[in-house]
Amino acid sequence: MKLSLREKIVNQVILAMFAVFAIVPLLGVLLSSVTPSDENTGGFAIPSRIALENYGEAWTRGNFGVYVVSSLIVTVSVVILTVVLSVFAGFAFARMNFIGSSVLFYVLLLGLTLPAEAFIIPLYFNMRSTGLTDSYWALILPQTAQSLAFATFWMRNQFRSFPGDILEAARLDGARDIRVLWQIVVPPTIAPIMTMAVLITMWTWNEFLIPLVMIVSNNLRTAPLGLAFFQGQHVTDYSLLAAAGVMVALPIAVLYFALQKRFISGMVGGISQR
Amino acid sequence: MTTLLSVAPREETATATLTRGDDHAQTARARRASGHRRARRSRVAYLYVAPAFLVFAIFLGVPIAQTVQYSFYDWNGLGAATWAGIDNYLRVFQDPQLRDSFGHAVVLMFFYAALPVAIGLFLTALISRSHQMRSMSFYRTVLFLPQVIASVVVATIWVAIYSQNGLVNEVLRAVGLADLARVWLGDYDTALFAIGLVGTWLNIGLCLVLFLSGVGNIPPELFEAVRLDGAGRVREFTAITLPALRGQIAVALTLTVVSALKTFDLVYITTRGGPGNSTTVPAFEAYNRAFNTGQVGLASAVAVVLTIVIVLLTIAISRIEPKDVE
Repeated sequence: MKLSLREKIVNQVILAMFAVFAIVPLLGVLLSSVTPSDENTGGFAIPSRIALENYGEAWTRGNFGVYVVSSLIVTVSVVILTVVLSVFAGFAFARMNFIGSSVLFYVLLLGLTLPAEAFIIPLYFNMRSTGLTDSYWALILPQTAQSLAFATFWMRNQFRSFPGDILEAARLDGARDIRVLWQIVVPPTIAPIMTMAVLITMWTWNEFLIPLVMIVSNNLRTAPLGLAFFQGQHVTDYSLLAAAGVMVALPIAVLYFALQKRFISGMVGGISQR
Repeated sequence: MTTLLSVAPREETATATLTRGDDHAQTARARRASGHRRARRSRVAYLYVAPAFLVFAIFLGVPIAQTVQYSFYDWNGLGAATWAGIDNYLRVFQDPQLRDSFGHAVVLMFFYAALPVAIGLFLTALISRSHQMRSMSFYRTVLFLPQVIASVVVATIWVAIYSQNGLVNEVLRAVGLADLARVWLGDYDTALFAIGLVGTWLNIGLCLVLFLSGVGNIPPELFEAVRLDGAGRVREFTAITLPALRGQIAVALTLTVVSALKTFDLVYITTRGGPGNSTTVPAFEAYNRAFNTGQVGLASAVAVVLTIVIVLLTIAISRIEPKDVE
């Protein structure tokens, strides 16, 4: 459709205004992270020099090497567990008839909207009485459970659109269900599985409440939890805080820029089909 | 949700299927084979679902039921629990601090949901007339970016922005409004609004991306048609775009309203509910009372009320969704 020049300019200006609103805080933290500590008052100012050493200092003083490793262990475990479990469950819900399937499915769906507050309190005391608090398990298992609602739903939708005659043909050839699933159904579905894995990576990496409740030991803290404690200790050292914040956000931000189509289509598509 | 859990224990339904399969097998030889196969296939189905469901049930389902149970007891988290009946629920509505926390959640809903949805619709109205704009995907990427940043990082960024010499005050001083400058998160009058605006900042991109994906599904001929009728921007928007976006608006409202009610990380990092109780929210009260002040029963009651509010609002919002969307 044709737009007048004036209309085009107005569109661009309004969009640009909101884009600036979205990006300025993020550019600000990047700028702040390379401003020498003694120049940084929390505002926006062009630094006299680029102080990259803030990153090194935040990394060692804030113990972030340890926290990033924790986050990696937890995130990778949650993603692998969730993908495997949800491929099985999603396939059963999509392709197999069994009594109680719809009830079970709706129970799982509840996990999509319920707030963490609905389960975190007893979960903590259950984990404490079995000695699981303050361990990676206390982060991996609940976050897997949390991800499974979305993941099972997502995988069911993918498998539903898988052509049925291919499944029948494979079965007539005598392939067992488990081979049909992993060798015939999963390979062509790998793209949506990747999308799901990317979203779960983001949610798990960014999670704050579960680590806050479950973790006591310094060396088990995840990156966001570590940042929260670091923030408590260095409230006004804006340079160090900014550098630490960038380091915590960077892995997911890089993933987002590399795979933004997956992020956006996954979040928009997955959520709106609900 | 807890009744659903107890109504349908997995093993019972499993045996029910199997015995039914066996009945079939006895009626005719031809059906015996298929009956066996069906029975085997449904056993396989339960095996496939079981691991996911067990993890879900143990770490989410059962604790949800327990939250309800806890909410009827007085318990400090260590000693013996005593039966409290509905006292905890009465306190949720009588305790001024708890009542306020729900009031604050309503204020946050305006900033997290109403404002971003309105702004998202406004931007969509502009953009939908300019489909072929080349810079569109750039704007989408930028506007969506806040959604993927860890909330703890978002919180530390905004603490700096709202600080004494932060960006907000810098701008105010630059335009000669230095009198208005203050520590925004430390002021009784402004702290809650300051947190709310962070929510607005977060959710605009989400709303916009949702709405644009909806507009993409509208046949361009519809726009052409109203335009031939001489309709202007406003008419085009109310007659075509808005009705076509009902589903996306419902989804955007659900997500943003729920995110307002779930707000925890932001409050925990920026204000811990202060100054005074001016920014406390239900999720923060539930956490704080369960893990810091030893009021586990009361905290559970807050969590239950919060969950019920979320479920009810989700159902209410789904009513505006067009029925044929399933």
